[in-house]
Amino acid sequence: MEDILSAINTAITLILTWNPDVIEISARTIEITFTSVLISTIIALPLGTLINFSSFKGKKTLISLIQTLYSLPTVIVGLVCYMFLSRTGPLGFLGFLFTPNGMIFGQTILVIPIMTGMTIAALQGINPIISDTIRSLGANRLQFLTSHIREARFAIMAAVVIGFSRAISEVGAAIMIGGNIKGHTRVLTTAISLQTSMGNFTLSLALGIILLGIALIINLMMGYLQQR
Amino acid sequence: MIKLEHVSKSFGDRLIIDSIDAEIPQGKIFTIIGPSGQGKTTLLRLINLLDTPSDGEIFFNGISLKKYPKNNTDIRRKMGMVFQTPVAFNETVATNIGMGLTYRGISKSEIQGLVAEKLDEIGLSGYENRKARTLSGGEMQRVSLARVMITKPDLLLLDEPTANLDPVSTTKIEELIRYYNRTCGTTIIMSSHDLYQGQRLADIIAVMMNGKFVQLGETISVFSEPCSADVAHFIGIRNILQGRASQVENGLVQVDLGGIIIYGLGSYSEDEVMVAIRPEEITLHVEETGKISARNIVSGFISDIQPYGIISHVIVNCSGIFLTTQVTWQSIRDLNLKPGIEVKLSFKAPSVHLMPVR
Repeated sequence: MEDILSAINTAITLILTWNPDVIEISARTIEITFTSVLISTIIALPLGTLINFSSFKGKKTLISLIQTLYSLPTVIVGLVCYMFLSRTGPLGFLGFLFTPNGMIFGQTILVIPIMTGMTIAALQGINPIISDTIRSLGANRLQFLTSHIREARFAIMAAVVIGFSRAISEVGAAIMIGGNIKGHTRVLTTAISLQTSMGNFTLSLALGIILLGIALIINLMMGYLQQR
Repeated sequence: MIKLEHVSKSFGDRLIIDSIDAEIPQGKIFTIIGPSGQGKTTLLRLINLLDTPSDGEIFFNGISLKKYPKNNTDIRRKMGMVFQTPVAFNETVATNIGMGLTYRGISKSEIQGLVAEKLDEIGLSGYENRKARTLSGGEMQRVSLARVMITKPDLLLLDEPTANLDPVSTTKIEELIRYYNRTCGTTIIMSSHDLYQGQRLADIIAVMMNGKFVQLGETISVFSEPCSADVAHFIGIRNILQGRASQVENGLVQVDLGGIIIYGLGSYSEDEVMVAIRPEEITLHVEETGKISARNIVSGFISDIQPYGIISHVIVNCSGIFLTTQVTWQSIRDLNLKPGIEVKLSFKAPSVHLMPVR
């Protein structure tokens, strides 16, 4: 209990004193996570919409597969990305290994399945009579799709929030692809991992609290958007 | 306006619409009545291009809908449909009503004016900025109607629009349907399982059973001359019996019901027939009341009395044939009617409606 209290204390001190290391790591965390969630949304939203409104053989199997990928271990994503991005790998020419770009790449791959799956679920949750009403009112194909996305906007926003949560909290891919290089690819989770292995439990917990604080602010912002 | 030519629709092995032919004239209210699950909704969906017929053709103002792919908006934007379950987009009332116009690329300011007009018509002025999902079912259905009517459709399709509503909301929706038909001249095709609603609103009624229009005509003719025992049963006639007909004289038919003999009007040769007699056309007598002028007089014993508000149905066993008649609650008390009492029933020959056996 004392450890936790002292961790809270440390976290508050680190924030109030505007500790440059912590600020730097937090800013990088937010930047990487935001970018990967943004790219994931740009890919997953149209992809989920396309899958939901197309009929093709194996659609159910594909959706099951996407849902299975929710459980993709982050270390596996990290490992596979590492193999692809390493100098001799097929994507080695990108020069992404041990860079924030590489971490964004990994997190994007991690988050796309969950956001795609949840977009499909969100669209499937729309009352079929609403779909009929949209068509009956004379919507063209594009209006039909955008009206559905608009109708499912809260559930889709939830998908974005979950994607964000998965990205900000993962450590496996970040450490494998980024390498936890100080001042370059170190983010909150990799810092926590490092401090824990060094036995600095209080600092680890404090960084964890800061991470949760960031997640809380994001959630509050999303909640505010939903109420509008 | 709308012409149906051998229109059929099946889902898998199940034939839902079975080769329907009909013409719906411009400016009329055409009501499809029938029990639930007989294909009424499917037919409306076919006309609205939400589904495509398995066979046959539908014409809209002479143009075959076959020429249009499912997602074509040219024809669909000339009609509108209100569904049985009231639904609203997760938006404000104003956005809901203006949705169809938004799809047509009408400017926001123009939509705003038209929405205000529609809100006034449906009696929901001041509701513009309310969340549509917070409305009651009746209000939501009025919004659904306004959402369609704001697009000024030539054809309005209504799928049991009052099936889920309370009586007050139903009256309001019926008033609006009549209003739009009279003032805008909108042709309306509506389905209903409520035959009295059909009677209140329709110019033409089609009775739909097992995917077919079994009877089609002016409302009153369907009510007075049901074409089959099924239709008679659906429009609420209680006494439907089978018997053997024989022509007695010109226009008069004798029907042997297997215990009693009754007389009706028509021309039937020796054949099995169905007869339908409305309970309200049968008079009940307790004592010898002198001469009864009706052609048919049968006696029997009361077997049951079932109250329906201030009137009651008295079921009389006439030598094994059960006939139902209507008596007021007051008369039940005054005449001291109860099961077991011997009574006489009388009804005129024109009250006996004869139908073929199918």
